[in-house]
Amino acid sequence: MTPETGTAERELIDALRAGSDEAAETLVRQEAPRLLRVARRFLVDEAQAEDAVQEAFLAAFRSLDTFRGDAPLAAWLRRIVVNVCLKQIRARAADPVDLAGLLPSFDATGCRIEPLRDAPAAPDVLLERREVRDLVRSSIDALPDTHRTALLLRDIEGYSTREAAELLGITEGALRVRLHRARAALKTLLEPVLGPHRDEER
Amino acid sequence: MRHLLRRLRGLLFRTLPHMISCREFEEFVLDYLDGELAPPQRKTFDSHVRLCPECRVYLEAYEVSRALGEAVCREDEDAPPEDAPESLVTAILAARRRPDDT
Repeated sequence: MTPETGTAERELIDALRAGSDEAAETLVRQEAPRLLRVARRFLVDEAQAEDAVQEAFLAAFRSLDTFRGDAPLAAWLRRIVVNVCLKQIRARAADPVDLAGLLPSFDATGCRIEPLRDAPAAPDVLLERREVRDLVRSSIDALPDTHRTALLLRDIEGYSTREAAELLGITEGALRVRLHRARAALKTLLEPVLGPHRDEER
Repeated sequence: MRHLLRRLRGLLFRTLPHMISCREFEEFVLDYLDGELAPPQRKTFDSHVRLCPECRVYLEAYEVSRALGEAVCREDEDAPPEDAPESLVTAILAARRRPDDT
């Protein structure tokens, strides 16, 4: 284990490896809430998110010997829960990838059809409004699984394009297409809070 | 009127040297934001943004939306964690003690 691992964490890991029930409970109570948040974002469904967290903990308990301590325990658990979520999503009946109406449109000459508006307010200003935060959350949830996972892996979980593509078993090119479409769709879904169109003002 | 202007611009983008259509611009957006465009491509991208109000508006909204997504998720991460449902904690600990799960 590296010096990165704090004393308390090292003691917890030693106790877990020794099979301590108390240490297991400490770990579950400490980390489950954060892992549940991650799982909810990927799976949207509450019951499935709880299943994923349970499966992730059991996988972690089984593979404690492989934990090398070069990352904090919490980060290690988070990677496990992300993997479990991706596995669950793969097992779902493929969701219809319907981004109709959410992607940019162009006219016959290849010109973008986009209503004009003044530049939106800065994100931190927009986020002061609760309805904006709620819309952002529900819009990410509303993306099809394949696109939401690409967005979450790269923009939220901080995986590189290569890592995210590997996790999803697709090429980097395909990952980039999904990510771009996910962001473009999110932009369309957030239109109501980005400010009025100039045409509508007249 | 807007329609006509757009057609004219479309024609212009197709005939001027070092110019790209909005459709081609769309394919560059991700690389642009990742800072992965080579200098000549970057220049082409920048001139398109300057000349095309639609793509400018689109790009601003795209960037703000991405930032909103990241900020909301970060805010959720930073919020004090509520307790995990007791039923979940119990289920995990019970499953851990079952021999087939260890």
